[in-house]
Amino acid sequence: MPEDHADDFQLVTRAGEDPGRSYGIPLAVLAELTHRCPLQCPYCSNPIQMESASNELTTEEWLRVIGELADLGVLQIHFSGGEPTARRDLSEMIARATEVGLYSNLITSAVVLTRDKLAALVDAGLCHVQISVQGAEVTLADRVGGYRGGHARKLEAARWTRELDLPLTVNAVMHRQNMHQLPAIIDMAVEMGAARLEVANVQYYGWALRNRGALMPTPAQVEECTATVEVARVRLHSVLEIDYVIPDYYALRPKQCMGGWGRQFFNISPAGKVLPCHAAETITGLRFDSVRDRPLAWIWDHSEALNAYRGTGWMPEPCRSCEWKEADFGGCRCQAFALTGSAGNTDPACARSPHHDSIFALAENEASEDRTRFVYRNFSGGTAEAEPT
Amino acid sequence: MRPSINPGSVPRLPRHVKLRHDKARDRWLILVPERVLVPDDTAVAVLTRVDGARSVQDIAEELARTYEAPVALILADSVALLQGLADKGFLAVMEADHA
Repeated sequence: MPEDHADDFQLVTRAGEDPGRSYGIPLAVLAELTHRCPLQCPYCSNPIQMESASNELTTEEWLRVIGELADLGVLQIHFSGGEPTARRDLSEMIARATEVGLYSNLITSAVVLTRDKLAALVDAGLCHVQISVQGAEVTLADRVGGYRGGHARKLEAARWTRELDLPLTVNAVMHRQNMHQLPAIIDMAVEMGAARLEVANVQYYGWALRNRGALMPTPAQVEECTATVEVARVRLHSVLEIDYVIPDYYALRPKQCMGGWGRQFFNISPAGKVLPCHAAETITGLRFDSVRDRPLAWIWDHSEALNAYRGTGWMPEPCRSCEWKEADFGGCRCQAFALTGSAGNTDPACARSPHHDSIFALAENEASEDRTRFVYRNFSGGTAEAEPT
Repeated sequence: MRPSINPGSVPRLPRHVKLRHDKARDRWLILVPERVLVPDDTAVAVLTRVDGARSVQDIAEELARTYEAPVALILADSVALLQGLADKGFLAVMEADHA
């Protein structure tokens, strides 16, 4: 039987290569084609300082990079952004990915998609579509996305996806203001014809960090959310697969971020910078290499930023002597930087971090406050949500 | 509805399931949404014969000849293997010809 590999490490090594190496052949790449997006979600994973359209990689540059990805042994490419369909050359890129044997996935807000556009992407060889949702009903969903009419368009795009016989994943980002809608979101995902649902609690860096007071769930909400997922998984067995990411602040053990820093995954920013994850640019003082300056294969082996936190050699205590260090690789570097000021510290999501208790208290505190207004994500540094009229 | 696999089923891989031999890692892989599956040798032998034309019975008979093994045993293994994939949405079957 083919088995699902929870840990794909055996896959990241070349035949005959030492599996103890701190990194291997990357499995998947997130291609952030642009930071432009019609939505303004207050938890967007893009950096606060977004890349302008004029700095984006050109079509020719992307086509070259996609070829280099295949040569490097990458298997899957996730086209993302911003909104990837804002790039008019998306179908060219997907066709190139297909030509070189990459499995292509589209991660989209879907609000500017048309049926013809989607059909063209399918013709180019697109394999899978992920559509984000902001809530289970139009009022809340459109408010969170900051885009009137967006929710209805997502439902329509989901229908086209299924009509075109592509598998659909629904991505639902959860926070204090939409968590009560989770049961309805699960039902909606089934109605949309999704085979997978990602229930992902907000990760707090970048825009989400600015909006943390308006987004942080209460411990009781998180508990209920977890229970809802567990019950739904049983009820919807073989109908809907549910991936669940709990919020770090309430965890006891940190998550294994991106399968380990620079270990089997990387991200390419709109301007061509190679990042270990989409949030890594929030860590100041790291030098990232660009596909404009160097071949990808060189960057994967030699990038200062990728090598900075690979493996376990960089770890301080309490990670260094921890029995879990090769299971979670010390957690998330971006979160360590955001919450402790140093990316080289243990992720405070870990109960063994000296910062853990204060972080937990801070989360609980913010969750109990009544801040609800968002700062919307945009190119001018964010706009505060208007007072309710 | 996920299909139920029997010896007469004519299976095919849907477009979102790619079986390929990966040069960099020198092994067969199955690419599916957000995941990579690693088929064992038996699965590779079966799946490389899944083409939307051969039935599970055809495939089992072919493998029985190639590996000089009992058809019944291979057939049972193949049905179980393919049903496992079908349950995950990673295998389709050709519609029966009603003509």
